[in-house]
Amino acid sequence: MLSGYWESVITFAGINVLMGLSLYVPMSAGLISLGQAGFMAIGAYLSAYLTKLGVPFPLAMAAGALAAGIVGLIVGAPALRIRGIYIMILTLGFGEIVRVFFLNFTPTGGALGYSGIQPLTEFYWVLTACAIALVAVWRLRHSRMGRAMIAIHEDDLAAEAMGINLMTVKLFAFSFGAVIAGVAGAFYAHQTLYIDAQQFDFARSATTFLYVVLGGPANPLGPVLGAVLVTILPETLRVVQDWRMTFFGGLLVIAAIWRPDGLLKPLHSYR
Amino acid sequence: MLLQQLVNGLMLGSTYALVAIGYALIFGVLRLLHLAHGEVFMVGAFAGLMVSIWLSVGPLGALIGGLVVAALLGMLLELIAFRPIRHRGGNYLAPIVSSVGAGLVIQEIMTKLFGAEQISFPKQFESVVYQLGPIQVSDTQLFIMGIAFTTMFALHVFVTYTRLGTAMRAASENIEVASILGINVNTVVLLSFGIASGLGGIAGVLVGMNFSSISPFMGTDMATKGFAVMLIGGLGSIYGAMAGGLILGIVEVLSVAYLASSYRDAFVFLLMILILLLRPRGLFSAGIEPGR
Repeated sequence: MLSGYWESVITFAGINVLMGLSLYVPMSAGLISLGQAGFMAIGAYLSAYLTKLGVPFPLAMAAGALAAGIVGLIVGAPALRIRGIYIMILTLGFGEIVRVFFLNFTPTGGALGYSGIQPLTEFYWVLTACAIALVAVWRLRHSRMGRAMIAIHEDDLAAEAMGINLMTVKLFAFSFGAVIAGVAGAFYAHQTLYIDAQQFDFARSATTFLYVVLGGPANPLGPVLGAVLVTILPETLRVVQDWRMTFFGGLLVIAAIWRPDGLLKPLHSYR
Repeated sequence: MLLQQLVNGLMLGSTYALVAIGYALIFGVLRLLHLAHGEVFMVGAFAGLMVSIWLSVGPLGALIGGLVVAALLGMLLELIAFRPIRHRGGNYLAPIVSSVGAGLVIQEIMTKLFGAEQISFPKQFESVVYQLGPIQVSDTQLFIMGIAFTTMFALHVFVTYTRLGTAMRAASENIEVASILGINVNTVVLLSFGIASGLGGIAGVLVGMNFSSISPFMGTDMATKGFAVMLIGGLGSIYGAMAGGLILGIVEVLSVAYLASSYRDAFVFLLMILILLLRPRGLFSAGIEPGR
């Protein structure tokens, strides 16, 4: 059996894999979000609130994921009018707004944080969720919707001219990603047992972005590899103890120079 | 009362503007979101602190210290973390990854050197308060606004009237054409990083003087607000960043004074989203395509 320490490391790696996949989906339609932590926060807070009321964990998680998905629809709507770097900073703003909201929202603890959450996250359930999400994302590539997303990523004007409804596809991509982030948030809250608004800050959104871009934004396994590396590396770098973030940061710079397109190549280039 | 708040807002906004101009300069030439710029700003503040403690040279000396150290750091980042990726023709997202990495390194080194706590920034002025009609201004506030606006004016003169400034504007228009026309693009990019980071360093020292305390984590908050300011002003537009900074400063101060102070940061981003919806290219678009 695994020791408690590694069980917890694997759980967090799994949660981060889910976060990576949650960003991979909108990114494969050309929508880069720097606010995934906001969706994660919604899933975390709502599910924790519900399980404290006695709602079963799976149901609470579904509610959190659904709420995140609905908010994803709202955030995704302006993305129809703006593009590229603007979406990145718009979603960054969204993430900050969610953070400030939970910082001041007293029913879930406000600035004191929300404590006393039950330990309901089991690491094999996290891994199962990762597997399901990965298969869903993988299969999505071969669906009508997935192909439309890839077409929009390549050239949205051309895609629209071919009869693809940009609004439906972009909103779907955004809220599908948000649902996955909501699931990740629910697991996270019931693993750490204490959440506060600062845990869902810009740094978390930026790290989520790292998973995808480091691992490879054109391959569903990219965010998985990126998330696992980014989670496990600082742990194993404990040999260098106090300077592990420096080493980790240096490795990121080297990886970006060595493999600017991500560690894993686009799927089709392996054929 | 309102007039007083406006003055306070202008002062806060002038530091935002300095940081956002840095983003705009770098985004202008490289279309790059520089996620370590907040850390450069923070290092500038610490450099100003060290200079004013060790050399006791007064506020101007601290500013020059912050400016020089931040500018050197910015140029070093360009040489180590960005230029190699450009030369390998990488994905436009890759430099963002390396800027995150560089930011982590800088933040940890500074935490190790100065500790993770707030450090008090020595008082540079006598705290004289002047009464100008209905408004009160302290000497610190006058100094901060004076320096910020002088710096912005100097930058305006530089980009408008000098050869290098013209080269920078040309490169931000179209870096490939500029290169064909015989502009040494590498020099221009390096220079842009130097100027952008130097402005960030000045802003760091000014913020240190304003709040009389600094910490290795002060850059994060400034970084996200700097993005918001650049967007409000228009991507890559220097003058947009100036105007956006002042607008944001005023909005923030007013929302603290008349609305709920704890929601201040949310108002700032709500304003940004609202402006984006009404004017998807920002208030003063530089005509730069946002990319895809």
